[in-house]
Amino acid sequence: MKRLISVLLENEPGSLSRVVGLFSQRGYNIDSLSVAPTEDTTLSRLTLTTVSDDHTIEQITKQLNKLIDVVKVIDLSEGVHIERELMLLKVKASGAARAEIKRSVDIFRGQIVDVGPTTYVVQIMGESTKLDAFIEALSDAPILEVVRTGVCGLMRGEKSLKV
Amino acid sequence: MELLSGGEILIRALTDVKVKHLWGYPGGAALHIYDAIFRQDKLDHILMRHEQAAVHAADAYARATGEVGAALVTSGPGATNAITGIATAYMDSIPMVVISAQVPQEKIGEDAFQEIDMIGVSRPTVKHSYMVKRPEDIAETIAKAFYIASTGRPGPVVVDVPKDVTDPNNKVAYKFPEKVKLRSYQPTTRGHSGQIKRAVNLLMSAKRPIIYSGGGVVLGNASEQLRALARRLNYPVTNTLMGLGAFPGTDRQFVGMLGMHGTFEANTAMHHADVILAVGARFDDRVTNATERFCPSAKIIHIDVDPSSIAKTVRADIPIVGPCDVVLGDMLDQIQQADLQIDEPAIADWWQQIDEWRNRHGLYTASRYKPSKGENIMPQDVIKTLYKVTKGEAYVASDVGQHQMFAAQYYLFDKPRQWINSGGLGTMGFGLPAAMGAQMAYPDANVACVTGEGSIQMCIQELAACTQHQLPVKIIILNNQSLGMVKQWQDMQYGSRYSHVLYEDSLPDFVKLAEAYGHVGMKVTDFDLLESSMEECFALKDRVVIMDISVDQDEHVYPMHVAPGSMRDMWLSKTERT
Ligand SMILES: Cc1ncc(C[n+]2csc(CCOP(=O)(O)OP(=O)(O)O)c2C)c(N)n1
Ligand SMILES: [Mg+2]
Repeated sequence: MKRLISVLLENEPGSLSRVVGLFSQRGYNIDSLSVAPTEDTTLSRLTLTTVSDDHTIEQITKQLNKLIDVVKVIDLSEGVHIERELMLLKVKASGAARAEIKRSVDIFRGQIVDVGPTTYVVQIMGESTKLDAFIEALSDAPILEVVRTGVCGLMRGEKSLKV
Repeated sequence: MELLSGGEILIRALTDVKVKHLWGYPGGAALHIYDAIFRQDKLDHILMRHEQAAVHAADAYARATGEVGAALVTSGPGATNAITGIATAYMDSIPMVVISAQVPQEKIGEDAFQEIDMIGVSRPTVKHSYMVKRPEDIAETIAKAFYIASTGRPGPVVVDVPKDVTDPNNKVAYKFPEKVKLRSYQPTTRGHSGQIKRAVNLLMSAKRPIIYSGGGVVLGNASEQLRALARRLNYPVTNTLMGLGAFPGTDRQFVGMLGMHGTFEANTAMHHADVILAVGARFDDRVTNATERFCPSAKIIHIDVDPSSIAKTVRADIPIVGPCDVVLGDMLDQIQQADLQIDEPAIADWWQQIDEWRNRHGLYTASRYKPSKGENIMPQDVIKTLYKVTKGEAYVASDVGQHQMFAAQYYLFDKPRQWINSGGLGTMGFGLPAAMGAQMAYPDANVACVTGEGSIQMCIQELAACTQHQLPVKIIILNNQSLGMVKQWQDMQYGSRYSHVLYEDSLPDFVKLAEAYGHVGMKVTDFDLLESSMEECFALKDRVVIMDISVDQDEHVYPMHVAPGSMRDMWLSKTERT
């Protein structure tokens, strides 16, 4: 089952590599990872997605908590939460396909952020499944490049992940 | 305020965290630090002959005393040589701080001479690591490193110190922090009282209970609480390889070690138990055999200070996160206060059953191994003789192999920290430097290194450091002319095809080797002379002695788990299995 883990991490040199190293060392997989400093610059917020069973997830959260640099860990997928991912996608767009692609972008509430003589750069934001669906929807147009930020997310409502 | 250089601060901070002995080896990047060591006399530096051994010795000093071990190595090859030692300590959760010198910061990343990314290389083998960037940060980093190494589940911490940080010309104010506080690290100090209550209830209702205690009881200084609780309950106790000594080996309630080479009675009792109290143990694969067949009727209470140890390989019915001494103490208090009673008749039946197992196939039943005779010395008898000669009071440091298992089975450790071995990583070469660490801690004690002719050659160079630092350890080689443990597996699983486990007459003459280093060498080939020779060996109080004892070359270690299988599936000899 897909899980979304959120980690509050000391913003120290090497702390990210400890998290990433933990995953490879213990044979857990990471599907996506996003990390950046928070409003408190001594802390980084890291969000990762992994497909794991309950037992493995329990171990992952315990092992993450054990890292000295990790301040807090939550499994966002346990409760109601918001998740977002941003994708930039360069697609071949010429002739009749140009209008076709534009229509798909509109349907997905994306934006065309760069226009070349034969290409578009499209920006789509949303849940990962929406991004997947957009790629699917473009089936005929040749995709030149895709870059995704990885998922970030937080809990809905009053609760928040804080020190 | 006093102005000191980074090198001086480092040494001063080490003395402020009460380090007495620093095991190390110098080199270019560590020169400033070594100069600071030269110009003081509080901290005793012990020059070893290899960084691996320096780290093993620091590790064993920690195991023997409960204090934090400390080692110092130079950058590059010094640092990589230290890795095996660090990993050994990591796998057994030993509190230790390893200081590695590093190339100057302006050179980092340039593939400078003797540059290695120590933080990166050591990462999977440390509890934590730091690189110090300014001399002002050294004292605080050392304080944090020692705090982290010694609290919660202990473990090794690496402190990487670039050369420019120890520059003698850059002096800064020295201030040792009074308290260390880390917002991201707060080890548990108590067990959950509701869980403890549930555990006590389950424990009192048990009809076939067993206490399975591990290295955490030794590390957590919980041996006293374990003994008190076990006595109050009159339940059988088994120890893991790492837990030996936490419960007295000679106690009637002790059923021996459990696991791959555990006793018949310990493994069988585990299999049939209805309640298992696991404390400071981690359900290691060398204990459980196939986890899906592990102890089918048992409800499991699992106490550990590290939550990630709980339910990692085997599910716990009642998990309790907390220090073993505190949790066991709380359990005993509850039992005493409410004057709870065990199920006497059930426990009496259980003991009768266990004694029957013990008498059937226990380690001390006559048929366990063929007795020694004349030129045929059985390795088990070497350990029994060692036990007798040292009155069961020696510190025994072991290497890895069959000799290690025989020592674990036949030397009955009555005290925690008496038995020092590399259980988790299984590092050959650990024995001799480990014995040195223990001897440094207890100069007047008998310290034996039980080893094989294979293992001893992996850190043999330390015979020189024994001379230099007057560490009169006694090296007991169970010489079976082979990498015996590997050979045993080749016998059992590879049709006795002895692929690279024999030396083809290349073994050194250990007597001459001992003498070359200025030590005493003894060769024993006759069982009738074994005990008197060993008496002689230990009578040489201030000498290092190597006893090269020729033992049976075909003996296997039994019992041995049949894998994959349950706890009770064992080979009892080359021909019998359960
Ligand atoms: C550094 C290292 N390399 C290899 C091994 C694998 N190994 C385990 S036991 C063993 C044989 C040890 O031989 P010896 O020291 O003579 O002990 P014996 O089993 O014969 O008593 C080997 C090679 C190991 N544990 N450690
Ligand atoms: Mg051997």
